[in-house]
Amino acid sequence: MLEDKDRIFTNLYGMQDVGLAGARRRGSWDSTAYFINKGRDWVINEVKASGLRGRGGAGFPTGLKWSFMPKESDGRPHYLVINADESEPGTCKDRDILRNEPHHLVEGALLASFAMAAHVCYIYVRGEFIREREALQRAIDEAYEARLIGKDNINGWDFDCYVHHGAGAYICGEETALIESIEGKKGQPRLKPPFPANVGLYGAPTTVNNVESIAVVPTIVRRSGDWFAALGKPNNTGTKLFCVSGHVNTPCTVEEEMGIPFKELIDKHCGGIRGGWDNLLAVIPGGSSVPCVPAKQMMDATMDFDCLSGLQSGLGTAAVIVMDKSTDMIAAIARLAYFYKHESCGQCTPCREGTGWMWRVLERMVKGEAMKSEIDMLLEVSKQVEGHTICALGDAAAWPVQGLIRHFRPVIEDRIDQYTAKSNPDGAVRSFEAAE
Amino acid sequence: MSVRRLALEQPASFEFSPQNLEWAKELIAKYPEGKERSAVIPLLWRAQEQNDGWTSEPAMRTVADMLGMAYIRVYEVATFYTMFQLSPVGKKAHVQVCGTTPCMLRGAKDLIAICKKRIAETPHTLSSDGDFSWEEVECLGACVNAPMIQIFKDTYEDLDEAALERLLDAFAQEKAQGQPPTPGPQIERDLSCPQGGLTSLIEVPDYVPLNLKFGAEPSAEVTAKKPEQQEPISKPEAPATSEKSSEKTELDSADETNTKPAPLTAVRETPVNDPTSQDEIANDVKSAAAAAVTEKIQSSPGKEPSDEAPKDEAPTDEDRPEFLEGPRGGKADDLKMIKGVGPKLEGTLNGLGIYHFDQITKWSANEIAWVDNSLSFKGRIEREDWISQAKQLAAGIETEFSKRASYDDNRKNDKPEGEV
Repeated sequence: MLEDKDRIFTNLYGMQDVGLAGARRRGSWDSTAYFINKGRDWVINEVKASGLRGRGGAGFPTGLKWSFMPKESDGRPHYLVINADESEPGTCKDRDILRNEPHHLVEGALLASFAMAAHVCYIYVRGEFIREREALQRAIDEAYEARLIGKDNINGWDFDCYVHHGAGAYICGEETALIESIEGKKGQPRLKPPFPANVGLYGAPTTVNNVESIAVVPTIVRRSGDWFAALGKPNNTGTKLFCVSGHVNTPCTVEEEMGIPFKELIDKHCGGIRGGWDNLLAVIPGGSSVPCVPAKQMMDATMDFDCLSGLQSGLGTAAVIVMDKSTDMIAAIARLAYFYKHESCGQCTPCREGTGWMWRVLERMVKGEAMKSEIDMLLEVSKQVEGHTICALGDAAAWPVQGLIRHFRPVIEDRIDQYTAKSNPDGAVRSFEAAE
Repeated sequence: MSVRRLALEQPASFEFSPQNLEWAKELIAKYPEGKERSAVIPLLWRAQEQNDGWTSEPAMRTVADMLGMAYIRVYEVATFYTMFQLSPVGKKAHVQVCGTTPCMLRGAKDLIAICKKRIAETPHTLSSDGDFSWEEVECLGACVNAPMIQIFKDTYEDLDEAALERLLDAFAQEKAQGQPPTPGPQIERDLSCPQGGLTSLIEVPDYVPLNLKFGAEPSAEVTAKKPEQQEPISKPEAPATSEKSSEKTELDSADETNTKPAPLTAVRETPVNDPTSQDEIANDVKSAAAAAVTEKIQSSPGKEPSDEAPKDEAPTDEDRPEFLEGPRGGKADDLKMIKGVGPKLEGTLNGLGIYHFDQITKWSANEIAWVDNSLSFKGRIEREDWISQAKQLAAGIETEFSKRASYDDNRKNDKPEGEV
């Protein structure tokens, strides 16, 4: 298990001074200029050596992503955009970084911008995070005042950092939708290619990174990529913020080593499962977009990208939603289906129509008011949504449904049986409701 | 997608207050020329705040005119983003209940039932006195504090039915009392920390010297503030170095000697700013091989002290302890038997000409300070009491630690202690 000395976010819970002085005591802004002096390639290589995989859910190697940016500017500016549109159900890690560790983010933004020859960074904070936005803005103001960022700053790389915000649209967490949103449009994802690294914000080369990916960079640079790579497992290196919600005794956000066994994570930090381990029903290990994993498989799982994708799920944003045996699984997934219906941007037909359709069918299945053949139909439709949309929201909407059917088909069938068993000659559906 | 339409009844006009107009000017300057429409969301949001919590059609037109946008483009934005309230909301509170699965699992449905009972049967409907309204929203990003609600700018977390009732009472009386309820968790709990106390970050004060190790030598501010962060001396098991990566780094450092020195010198010859010169040295220590380290450290006291960094404690070369060109009889003592010395540190010590336990036993206070400074592990020598450890080991007596260390062949393994 991770020791305190290897934790990056030492003020995760905001118990110490959040301001610049406190952040400096915890190591922020220490020797930044020195590392900038080492050059762009050195910073990128250090991040590559760390094996850092993007913390926004897809797990794409961050150093590699940075190296996609053009080496020399063709006259267009380069932009770094930081995705703080944290809205994935279950996820609340970036919130703690924004409000309690903002200097990690601002310093990381400087280093990352330098690595990609960007002089301007926009941090896109979700609209609901109003206090978090204020905290971040305070940190940026402090950094400007101390001349850590800005024109002619003491770190030797001209850099402006602006906070932009959304107004409540999950889809703006998708990188091209986020860019559209900054440009003042509806957040509807763009077709790729061209990729943002070539044509992004305002038509200029842009890299979009998650808050956590950027916030760990200063520490990686200071303590070396090898240090980060030595934590966790091969290909799943470093530390990660886990947000454990749902039916555990003490839900919390905690920084842990990648690849920590699920059991250890829960027992150590979350006071165990409500009602004991025997009471565990299923877990959604990576935020609402990944399929659920039943208790039996989850018991021995480790929390990393590779192990969880082996279980046909994923680490996603490491937002662990725990469900005990009191949970109505169908209702839980139906609520997620409603979420995706609500958040679909409406651009692609399979997603716009499919999310609503899946939600309506699931709502009937919660009551048992369905036919068993509809389970396969639902699965079939989810496959038609998956992979047939511009962005990944279609996939994200389909996977929880597929996970439900994969692992809990008997529960759905049982619900249907219970419902039809109460039928009478007038037909099950109408008169049952009337009888109630 | 949700279908959202403008309210049927709209006010006649909208105008930004002078302060807000001033603010808008600054805001628009954040974006490149010709890209002013980027400011549409922040402007609409400010308009909503000024307009009692909802966005009216005249406000949308005002924003469109300010940014040179077609009205329809602003209508699109206002109807797409769900935080823009398109009809009037409660004067005292517009309750946004998070209803997504993580909150649902912990009882959000009960909260919604209370809203229905106390405010209005349907969402986006004003209560009879016009003070309250509510809606169910999608995940608000405070899932470990579920269930929770947001009222205007603040979130109220870890709720149950009774707590929500209390909150609504408090908001109803807010005008009379003048004090809105305290936001955040409504139970005994610090933000997202587990209820009942910390399970991590318990030894945070010990973090300070480690920052120095990896970050570099103390920058001026850190040194100045160090006394505030007194280390708990009573902790003998104070976390030492990260032994984990040291081996790897050590191997790498051999290569680095060949490649790194040139750029490093270049960096130092062109000092961009003084406060970091200290750091450079320390980072040389981190990356370069031991031999190179000695050289640099010897040159360090001669460097110009930066105006911010008080150098009074920086030891001079005179304090350098007795050192050897090589181990006596070609065989050095295993310095790793000292608690707090890993393979990396051993290399550094060897580089300083320290090979034997008896050398360490002879260090004076000044010499300790010198070595301390060279290692960039502030205070470790005294914290781990190297001197008495070395005395024991030099006399051939095993310490608690050396017994364990020599027993454990896996010490150099990547696994941290305890997991091996």
